[in-house]
Amino acid sequence: MTQVEVLSLSAPERRRRRMVVMMGVLGVFALVAFFIIPKQHDKATFGFVMDKEWVAVHEWAINSRHGSLGFAILAILAAILAYFQFRARKTIRIASAIFGVSFLMSFLCWAASGKFIPLTGLLQGGLLLAVPLIYGAMAGVLCERSGVINIAIEGQLLAGAFASGVLASLTQKTWIGLLIAPFAGALIAYLLAVFAIKFAIDQVILGFVLNVLVIGLTDFLYKRLLIPYQTTWNSGPILSPIKIPVLWKIPILGPIFFDQTIIVYLMYAIVILIHVGLFRSKWGLRMRAAGEHPTAAESVGINVNRTRFRNVILAGAIAGLGGAYFTIGAVGPFGKEMTAGKGFIALAALIFGRWSPLGAVSAALIFGFADNLQGVLSIIGTAIPSEFMLMAPYVATIIAVTGFVGRVRAPAADGVPYKRGESV
Amino acid sequence: MSLELRAVTKSFGALIANDHIDLKVGDGEIHAILGENGAGKSTLMNVVYGLLQPDAGEILVDGEEIKISGPADALAAGIGMVHQHFMLIPVFTVAENIVLGHEKTNKFGILELSKAKEEIRRVSAEFNFDVDPDSLVETLPVGIQQRVEIIRALIYDAKVLILDEPTAVLTPQETDELLRNMKILRDKGTSIVFITHKLREVQEAADKITVIRRGKVVGNPLVTASQEELASLMVGRPVALDVYKKAITPGPVALSVKNLNVHDITGRRLVKNVTFDVHEGEILAVAGVQGNGQSELAKAIVGLEEFIDGSIVLDGKDITTWSVHDTLYSGIAYVPEDREHDGLISSFSIAENLILDTFDTPPYAKGPVMSPTIVAREAEVRVKEFDVRLQSVQDSAASLSGGNKQKVVLARELSRPVKLVVASQPTRGLDVGSIEFVHQRIISERDSGKAVLIFSTELDEVTDLADRIAVMYRGEIIAMVAATTSREDLGLLMAGVHPEGTRS
Repeated sequence: MTQVEVLSLSAPERRRRRMVVMMGVLGVFALVAFFIIPKQHDKATFGFVMDKEWVAVHEWAINSRHGSLGFAILAILAAILAYFQFRARKTIRIASAIFGVSFLMSFLCWAASGKFIPLTGLLQGGLLLAVPLIYGAMAGVLCERSGVINIAIEGQLLAGAFASGVLASLTQKTWIGLLIAPFAGALIAYLLAVFAIKFAIDQVILGFVLNVLVIGLTDFLYKRLLIPYQTTWNSGPILSPIKIPVLWKIPILGPIFFDQTIIVYLMYAIVILIHVGLFRSKWGLRMRAAGEHPTAAESVGINVNRTRFRNVILAGAIAGLGGAYFTIGAVGPFGKEMTAGKGFIALAALIFGRWSPLGAVSAALIFGFADNLQGVLSIIGTAIPSEFMLMAPYVATIIAVTGFVGRVRAPAADGVPYKRGESV
Repeated sequence: MSLELRAVTKSFGALIANDHIDLKVGDGEIHAILGENGAGKSTLMNVVYGLLQPDAGEILVDGEEIKISGPADALAAGIGMVHQHFMLIPVFTVAENIVLGHEKTNKFGILELSKAKEEIRRVSAEFNFDVDPDSLVETLPVGIQQRVEIIRALIYDAKVLILDEPTAVLTPQETDELLRNMKILRDKGTSIVFITHKLREVQEAADKITVIRRGKVVGNPLVTASQEELASLMVGRPVALDVYKKAITPGPVALSVKNLNVHDITGRRLVKNVTFDVHEGEILAVAGVQGNGQSELAKAIVGLEEFIDGSIVLDGKDITTWSVHDTLYSGIAYVPEDREHDGLISSFSIAENLILDTFDTPPYAKGPVMSPTIVAREAEVRVKEFDVRLQSVQDSAASLSGGNKQKVVLARELSRPVKLVVASQPTRGLDVGSIEFVHQRIISERDSGKAVLIFSTELDEVTDLADRIAVMYRGEIIAMVAATTSREDLGLLMAGVHPEGTRS
């Protein structure tokens, strides 16, 4: 297509404008809902220490109304800053980060009035809840960038959780559970690959069917095997956290990032490898070529279907490993449908993150944090009914996907089966 | 290097796309393969390039038979191809596109692009191609994208370069430049297989010609053969290449477009401040290279564009904000650019396709009930009038050839009482015989006093049909010129350049 002069706003600028408007509205909302309406003067207390890390601040207490007001004003200022950055046609990343933190703190000052919130624990829990989302989203990146829609992330996570839980229980060794999980995910991915690539079945329906298959199969085995013979089949050990020397002692950040299990450390490595690999390696170049314009890839001698096949299997292995988090990474035994829709939230994170690895990670972290916040607040008890709190992560997902993402561009050939010689 | 094909045969089901084709391309020659759309030229070249496997036959390079089971084999044998639809990945840079499939990496598996960029700059400079290895392909004009494809073939040492309909997307100036570059490449020793259906280009550039018709080689005329000879060989019967048009005096203004802007959903302005009139009994042809806003302008007139401002007045009525239904009934016949998707419903019968816009009006419908008998009877009358070749009007529209599909669209659109005919690329992809029919039909509509607005990227079509010519470039009508304007001047205008004396 010939280039056309951009008269009005470009797509990213429209998205930024929408974000600025949303930030302004939310900032004012915070002022009204957390400062003007409530009449409470109790102190809100935040804790910053978890373990024996180096301490910067132990805890911080503030008058609830003052805190809400202060942070609401900060949020509004951040929105104004974002507006000026938008006018100057710059990115608004920093302003939106400041806004996000301020809005959240304004909310917390109100919600924690007269209560204690362990802030470091809140963040650490958020990261943990984001782990399966990040694994799932990375699986999604590999699949969809190479041109196959992966609705079956949920099933792959669940298969990984089941296999690792059972094997770890049978052998009483966590490392065997860790080792087997990728194979379980890859097996589901193999089915996806065979039917989607070789037989060109509709990938959305196929993914859905695979999810149902895994749910049905694990439910059946759970009832018939895992419950009756629980001691041998379903009482696996869990991975213990490994403190990274020195790093774990960094105040606040240390316990959050560097006092985790091997599954979390593997996740860091996988995210970095995928991010660098996708954009800067031969593997990534070919994967993206297969997902964007398979005919072109084939015309330079790339075997498109083999490329897709391999990446789909690899994606399944990553999701399977993520599934191990549910059992050996967290609770030990397997539970019925214990992934509870995390695979679909991972898919939302993938789209929210615009099919980019780092974008998807950010989205997954936001979702994970929202999920954990809900848990923490329902424990300490707030004015908000717990049913609403349970909805929060999903509402966040819907707002994120509809409000902030706008029109995103999926890989051009995502979900389109490729048959040699047909489309030339 | 020489390339030889012996008795290459390829069929798709019952259709024999290539029937025992023999072809010999010598060292350092430009060999034109001439044939109509659907004659089997592209299939043949996809066989040579390994994208399709032949059912029978041999491919020889320098006298030795080689087996080509995929594009990688073709590249290794020194055969490069520039496809009609570019094989470039829009979101990649030029360099990324060129290294794709032949990537060099460092010991950590990270891409090494600096060598490739150097090579690209060298080849680009050698042929004056002006290609920047770091630019994103989707931001480049098509002419440059094509050069990227050529550079890729050259970097991988292609000794035989296949160009599949390379001029279809180019402006006349870009075409001239390409033909010049082809000769330079030939003089440096590259053999070129030049696939086309444009006679002028064959005469200008080819050293040898092979004509293909319905999958068979029908002749090897000399380059001195006249256009009429080449055309009749291509079609299989004598063809009149000139269109006869009598002079008539245009009547009052039928369609008046003022300050029309069309935006797409992301806010880009694709049509900019367009103002023009079309009179009764006049053909206004909008010329321009594809993608310069013509499609959007055509759609905007019939009400298919959402984000428009300005005014569109038909016969004194402002139809700017009317629905498509109301617009069509106010007296517009619309022949869409993509007849397969927008002009017909392939799975519906021909008879049903003929009443897509009138199914709910008498005589086809009485209240909520449609009468299939009357629909079929009327269909028989229409297909006779428009010379549609078919088995039965109850067959699906998908069963028709391109030319006959277009006749069905015309038959439907012209059977309503209309004041204005809007036709977008009315003869794209049609065989010479159908083009003749469509052109005559368009002229007879004009002769009967209707206003006609055609959009075409084919210069010949524009000059043959038009009473006046509007040239569109980057969304604007940059010139309104007489039908007698020379091809050269029109070509310059289509490239956005105002030649002396045409500024309007």
